[in-house]
Amino acid sequence: MINQEIGKDERLRRKTWNQIWKQIVIWVCILFALFPVVWVISASFDPSNSIAGQRLIPQNPSLSNFRQLFDREEQPFLTWMFNSYKIAIGNSLLVVVVTSLAGYAFSRMRFRGRRVGLIGLILIQMFPQMLMMVAIYLVVFWLGQYIPFLGLDTHAGLILVYMGGAMGVNVWMTKNYFDTIPRSLEESAMLDGATPFQLLIYIIIPLAVPILVVVFFLQFIAIYSEFVLARVLLTSDNKLTLAVGLQSFVADQYGKRWGIFSAASLISMIPVMALFWLLQKQLVTGLTSGAVKN
Amino acid sequence: MGNGSTPLTKTLAPIKTGSFGLLVKILLLGLVNALAFWVAVVLLQQRYYWMLALLLLGVAAIDYIYLSARTYPLRFIVPGTIFLAIMVIYPMVYTIYVSFTNYGTGHLLSKEMVVAQYTNRYIQRKDLPTYQAEVFKNPDEEFAFLLTDTSGQQLVAVNGQAVPLAETPLPPSDDDGDGSYERLGHYERQSVLKIFPYLSQLQELTFIYEGLLLKTRSPNEFGYFARQYRYDLERDMLTNLETGTDYYAVDGNFQSSNGELLDIGYKTTIGRRNFRNLFTDRRYAEPFIQVFVWTITFALISVVETFALGLLLAVLLNDVQLKLRGLYRSILIIPYAMPAFVTCLIWRGLFNTELGIINSALLVPLFGKAIPWFQDPFWAKVAVLIVNLWLGFPYMMLICSGALQSIPHELYEAAMVDGASGWKRFRTITFPLMLSQVTPLLIASFAFNFNNLNVIYLVTKGRPPIPGAITPTGATDILISYTYRMAFESGSGGNYGLAAAVSLLIFLLVSIITLVNIKSSRMFKEVPQYD
Repeated sequence: MINQEIGKDERLRRKTWNQIWKQIVIWVCILFALFPVVWVISASFDPSNSIAGQRLIPQNPSLSNFRQLFDREEQPFLTWMFNSYKIAIGNSLLVVVVTSLAGYAFSRMRFRGRRVGLIGLILIQMFPQMLMMVAIYLVVFWLGQYIPFLGLDTHAGLILVYMGGAMGVNVWMTKNYFDTIPRSLEESAMLDGATPFQLLIYIIIPLAVPILVVVFFLQFIAIYSEFVLARVLLTSDNKLTLAVGLQSFVADQYGKRWGIFSAASLISMIPVMALFWLLQKQLVTGLTSGAVKN
Repeated sequence: MGNGSTPLTKTLAPIKTGSFGLLVKILLLGLVNALAFWVAVVLLQQRYYWMLALLLLGVAAIDYIYLSARTYPLRFIVPGTIFLAIMVIYPMVYTIYVSFTNYGTGHLLSKEMVVAQYTNRYIQRKDLPTYQAEVFKNPDEEFAFLLTDTSGQQLVAVNGQAVPLAETPLPPSDDDGDGSYERLGHYERQSVLKIFPYLSQLQELTFIYEGLLLKTRSPNEFGYFARQYRYDLERDMLTNLETGTDYYAVDGNFQSSNGELLDIGYKTTIGRRNFRNLFTDRRYAEPFIQVFVWTITFALISVVETFALGLLLAVLLNDVQLKLRGLYRSILIIPYAMPAFVTCLIWRGLFNTELGIINSALLVPLFGKAIPWFQDPFWAKVAVLIVNLWLGFPYMMLICSGALQSIPHELYEAAMVDGASGWKRFRTITFPLMLSQVTPLLIASFAFNFNNLNVIYLVTKGRPPIPGAITPTGATDILISYTYRMAFESGSGGNYGLAAAVSLLIFLLVSIITLVNIKSSRMFKEVPQYD
């Protein structure tokens, strides 16, 4: 009897310690996770704009960094933002068109090469375009000699390059979603003489809006964050995207522009973070099935 | 996958399209053909016969696909495939080709173009006189020159020949009688300003006088020039006529017998030399091997550290008795929700040795000592790994949480009945079951970090530099950043051939990793074999 009492007490104590220990570990990780975020928020409101002697709680917090950010001549931040949104939205729209067409064929039709095509798409996706940057640079350079609006330092050329990566996971995602849409609707429309293309436009796409939105947003995030190819292909200051342009704040005189850089960082993060919260559920299910976010 | 349903194509043998749809289709197809025709003309002019053949084949295929009912399903796939072909498959093949060439700064032009550049070089002969020149132009935009040397002797240069003024067929006339000629025959004198737009054209003009070559030095001055180089097609060599040295064409350069190279080389295939250099030439091989080893180390440590922390947090947050665990999870996900191109730059600022918060607010107050983060190879590597831990642990936490949910609860209950401790339950049940589920994701994560240019390029740019490396190489460079810098950020110009060779090696390694992954996850078991 007595023995059991002691055991109970002991177990309770161990349980409490267990909880405390867990809380400590978690709080250390939370501090780690928030460390850069907190400092960058603090710096963006610190009017001294200097990395040296920065305090966690700035003295005389103000919006001067944000104001300065928007009227810098040498770093046209607003133009970069506009460029980034233009390229990311333009590309994502095209991707949705191209992948819903291909996804439909792979979902509804049986044809020679279907299996090879599906596997090939995944395999090709394993080789990032980044690896072929030299060849892509030369292709775009060459294109630009004959079709100037697709050449180096043009947004259309960059979008064309990004379109190379359009198929792949996106096609799989749309195909898998189309597979879940019952065929009875299409079959009755088919009796009325609708072509497969009409079936896609009038029946499938309205039903598949959720997955098309996900494809759009995932593509948006990927393109918005891409800087390697953009950096290689875009050269003029006013053509850059945010992901490339942001680096110019830290290229030299890091210390002097720390506040402005922090303000720029916060603004650059907004769309991606907003989309992340919006898509959290899809992202997490996508993750467990093997899609790695870049 | 609906195996029981009827495939559409069989029921749809004769496909009817509305007349409007047909019109749109024909218009689009016509547009594609017109564009292809235009490109074909360009290709023909440039003599890119291989590309021309590929283009014609491609267009023929597109026309067939959109006109024949049998290829109906392909019509949906073609648009995406065209982009894939231009921007992925062609660059892939081209990368392979470039990796066997010496393409790069100093070897950008074809051999013919380089030879033409050298044989069109002239040097002035200082032993012969120079002339003041007056420029005359006729209505056909042809030029004549009146040349006067220091002794007052005058020549007229026109149509590639120069003759003394007295023998010229162009009668000079001094209309206003001021002692200088306004016209030579139907050629009229031009002011310097007027000839300005023609300068480059004038520089090309050469004239022969008594077997010697006359040419402009500046718009109003002529001198005697001699060709600097002569090309001997049979022996494939350039001879410097001034010094008499012969330069033979060897492997993309013109090289003299004592090993001296001419500045401009030409583009040519050089077999496996790029690959051989990477492994055997010490100047290339030492940094390359160093980068290679660090790439593997970096990817491996990144996976292990993020997985360890992610797993720990997933297990801790899986405890139902833990308060606020929903909130904790949302906070811990934050690094994953922020775009890496921003957060990497933030970390770079925080790590800054002189000014960064990490030194000034943490290390100096706590330990009284600053760490030279980006100056010391070891600490630079530590910094990169810390940033990558921060970027990657939420992802691992998410996938581990998912995997934890799927482990059947009965297993734990059975283990509890057997009296297994928490640690033992983790070791014998949680960990092995979890590992078998997430292994494909861990391999994918390894492959991703293998090419994680974001972190390296944005946080350290590969710094600190490896002393004595022939291409720009740093202690934290991984293969992909090494390639990038070699092609686009080298001070002495890009070496595209070598960069392509490294890319090809990365291709190869990624393929191996991918194959292993496919084997381990049996990724394609869900794609049934239809035909």
